[in-house]
Order: sequence, then C-alpha cells, then structure tokens
Amino acid sequence: MSDTESDTDSTLRAILSDVLGLSPDRVAAFDASTGLFGDLPELDSMAVAGLLTEIEDRLDVVIEDDEVDGELLESYGNLLAFLESKVAEKA
Amino acid sequence: MIASWPCPGPHGQSEEYAFAFDRGRMVRLLIVPALFDEANRTRRMLVDTMRLLDEAGVDSFLPDLPGCNESLQAFSAQSLHAWRRAMAQAARHFGATDVLAVRGGALVFPHTLPGLVLEPAKGGSILRQLLRARVISAREAGRQEDSAALLEAGRSGGLELAGWHCGASLIAGLETATSQIEGQRIVSQSELGGGGLWLRAEPAAATEQSAALAQIVLAEIAT
Repeated sequence: MSDTESDTDSTLRAILSDVLGLSPDRVAAFDASTGLFGDLPELDSMAVAGLLTEIEDRLDVVIEDDEVDGELLESYGNLLAFLESKVAEKA
Repeated sequence: MIASWPCPGPHGQSEEYAFAFDRGRMVRLLIVPALFDEANRTRRMLVDTMRLLDEAGVDSFLPDLPGCNESLQAFSAQSLHAWRRAMAQAARHFGATDVLAVRGGALVFPHTLPGLVLEPAKGGSILRQLLRARVISAREAGRQEDSAALLEAGRSGGLELAGWHCGASLIAGLETATSQIEGQRIVSQSELGGGGLWLRAEPAAATEQSAALAQIVLAEIAT
C-alpha cells in the first residue's frame, strides 16, 4: 500500500469516527467488509450527505451525484476503493 | 432561562424565543446558531458552553431563527435576509456586546459586533449537502432525481430539502452566500478537540468541547 492510499484510509476512518461518534479504536476495527449505509442505522440520507461533503473537503475531491449509489456505500472497502481511485486520478 | 424577543416577520412583529442566561451583566454574548440540522446537533454543546459562561460572569443568548424550533413563523417564508434582520433585532433587544456565530450562522450574524465565528460554512456547501441528501433518499425510494434540475426548480418555486420547506428566496440566497466576517476571530474545530458535532449523525453532548469553547470565548471577549 502506498503512502497516498494509507492517507486516504486514515482520513476516511477519522471522518467516520466524527460522523458516527465512535471512538477511533472502534473505527480502526472496520475492515473492507464492514457494512455502512443500511447496516448502521444512524447513517441516514442526511448523515451520508454530510459524510460525502466532509470527504470532499478533506480529500479535496469531487463526488458526482451519479457516482453515489447503494454499492458505493455498501461497505467500508467499496467506499475506500472508490476514494483511493479518486485521489489517484487527482495526482 | 427562556426569554422572548420581538422579531419582524411577514405579518408584522412576532414573539420569538431565546435560551438565555441573563443576569444583567456587562458582557452579553449573542449566539447565532448553525442552520438546518446542524443547529440541533450543536445545540447541546452550545448550551453547555452557555452554562460555563454564566458561571464565569458572562450573559449569553441563543435565539431561535424565525421559522425554527418554537417559532410560530413559517419556515417556507424565511430567507437569509429575514434571518439577518432577525438576528440584528435580537442583538439590539438583548443589548448584545459580543457575538458567537456557528457554521452557517456566519451567513446571518450581526457582523458589526465583535466576537467569534466557529467553523464558518459557505451557503453553497450547505445547499449542496441538502440537495445531496434529497437525491440519496430519493434513490433509496427508487426515484431518480438530479441536483442540478432540483436546484433550477427550487430557485423559482422553492424546494423541500431534508424535510425543510425552503422558499425560493432561501434557495437563491444560499447558493452564493459567503460569511460576513469582519474582524471576528475564526475558531477552528481543531481548537476544540474532537470532531465537529455538526457532522454527527445523532445529536450529542461534548463537555470537553464546551469547556474549550467557553475558554476561547472568555479569552477573546476579555481582550
């Protein structure tokens, strides 16, 4: 894993910790298969919108409407892979 | 603890509420809340800050924006202009000497008062997030909606966003609004420690953040 990838991973975990109000330890235990939208009841559409906006701010990427679908938010692994490719595109 | 103040509205003056610690002291801080759901998420943290300020000898006032909380005014009749006018009126009514604006509150606070702004938000970002929430929940319900088309419709006819019936003037105002900071100290979230409560999916208290904010406010208004 390159530095950029691990930066994206740690930034995403930090944002999820803020949005979900979970301790960094609990978020550190998320793996690629950890479910997000649909599995975490507090992640409603408003919280997801906030999550995506914060991701855009902190990673300096733009996420288009049509890129946001159920699959993207299904698991931590899917969201991270999407963001890593976004960050790589920018570089 | 609950104070009222006369607020201009579309049908003349109406009474609005404010949560207040008022013992007639010299330093009187008006707190202009964040907008939409962020106001609920940050309210407990701000009220805890107000308690600490009270103990330190500072009066503080957290008014409802017209159309929000206990207000009898219609939310759909609100605009940034109306909220600006209302907050200026609240500042006059309570004799505010200082101001603390939070997030989107920086778009409508009385910027001639000295004070602080906590993590000011741009109107465009707030609107974008609300539009995104609507598109996501529509998709969940099996409908396809598009932010750009919604915005276009909202500019002329208003729009329901995340349960808020936003009038056309509020939509149009938010689109381009930037904060009106004029020498107030900008407080960043990192100074409070922990994550911003406006990001939280569920409202929560954060006593350490309230304590840090009270200290920053006291240091700022004493200078």
